[in-house]
Amino acid sequence: MSMPLFPIGADPGSSFPELLKRVGLAPSLDGVGELAVPHATTCVALRFADGVVMAGDRRATSGNLISHRGMEKVVQADQHSGVAIAGAAGPAMEMIKLFQLQLEHYEKVEGTALSLEGKANQLSMMVRSNLPAAMQGMVVVPIFAGFDLRRSNGRLFTYDVTGGRYEEHDYVATGSGMLHAGTVIKIGWRDGLDRDAAVSLACRGLWEAADADSATGGVDALRGIYPVVATITADGWSRLHDDELSGVFETIISEVRSR
Amino acid sequence: MSMPFYVAPEQIMKDRADYARKGIARGRALVAVRYDSGIALVAENPSNTLRKISEIYDRIAFAGVGKYNEFDQLRVAGVRAADLKGFQYSRDDVDARSLANNYAQILGQIFTHEMKPMEVEILVAEVGVTPDGDQLFHILYDGTVVDEISFSVLGGDAEAISARMDTAEGASQTLEAAVQAATAALSGPDRTLAATDLEVAVLSRLNGRRCFKRLSDDAVAAALTA
Repeated sequence: MSMPLFPIGADPGSSFPELLKRVGLAPSLDGVGELAVPHATTCVALRFADGVVMAGDRRATSGNLISHRGMEKVVQADQHSGVAIAGAAGPAMEMIKLFQLQLEHYEKVEGTALSLEGKANQLSMMVRSNLPAAMQGMVVVPIFAGFDLRRSNGRLFTYDVTGGRYEEHDYVATGSGMLHAGTVIKIGWRDGLDRDAAVSLACRGLWEAADADSATGGVDALRGIYPVVATITADGWSRLHDDELSGVFETIISEVRSR
Repeated sequence: MSMPFYVAPEQIMKDRADYARKGIARGRALVAVRYDSGIALVAENPSNTLRKISEIYDRIAFAGVGKYNEFDQLRVAGVRAADLKGFQYSRDDVDARSLANNYAQILGQIFTHEMKPMEVEILVAEVGVTPDGDQLFHILYDGTVVDEISFSVLGGDAEAISARMDTAEGASQTLEAAVQAATAALSGPDRTLAATDLEVAVLSRLNGRRCFKRLSDDAVAAALTA
């Protein structure tokens, strides 16, 4: 592969998707049609005292079949942000991969990372460019969350299929279990929650979603599969270890049992 | 009708090489040196914003001396080539050797075919998973590639600086020792360089996926006095 050099007028700047278009590698989903592809389900994010917590179940479904038990829908986007997706798994994973690459590419070309606002807008454009595929059923609706280093607080963004970007103040949920998970978090959310309380609230939301929604996966103790839970603070992204999560879910189980 | 003067090809090449060398010699030098957990890159650079050293990919760094706009153009092309290759194949397939070959092609092409050669010398460094995998490719203005073993010196006065580096301990030294040796070699016997005169970055095996990390002035000052 030769090195990509561009004349001054045709330079793609710090945009990786533009670069892909210039070299003819831009992914296209035109003409995919209405296919039965795996769908990813419930993800939540909420703000707490030091930043944000993101959590997502691990199940992907094709119609009424479980197509994947260990899918990771909450992923790190860069040092201080993460993205969670619900929707058609293939395009969503591709979008996340491109988004991660774009943030890193920008940081390397420009020598400085994008602001959190800039990252949120970038994702908005990617969701927008997926609209033709969304019209054919390949809907992708992400949550973007991160720690804003300029404002020193955690921030949450949610999107619609057309790329509309909405900032949420307290919490956000997406996917088929969003009603159940969202309601649990809405009731339990308080301003200035500490980390442990925020993690257990997010897990509780996923628990109730899995309890009521068949497309949302619960804790799979048999296989040792727990939801992906991560915190993003001034120190950056940190994913919770399964050992800690097993403790959190033990507590939830004992609470539910004692009702 | 006027006839163009005949100039021997040897003379053209020599003139171009002299021109490029003069341009490079005007700038300040840069040293890359291996240490126990990676590669340290130390440049004499009073600017805190215009960088000579930067990240290309997970395990690969770029360093350039000479004309800023020219090596910066090469740097951006390298980031693009690496990100494209990683996107198209896998992150593991991006390697310094192929980048160095690409750079050599570009520089060689420009040196022979353009009026003006690029007044740059660049370094492509890759930190291996084990010390055996560390690589330093030094590429000259005419596209010559040199694969260097334990350290590499770029820029003006490179010979004198290399002579001072020869006493260094080699790849088993600590980061502090490596930064001290590089700084001493850059400054020479007659002057001392402070942390604020230096731009220092490392490619460290201990940094996780993205091995590249810049050292702050405070960290450099601490390394120099350690």
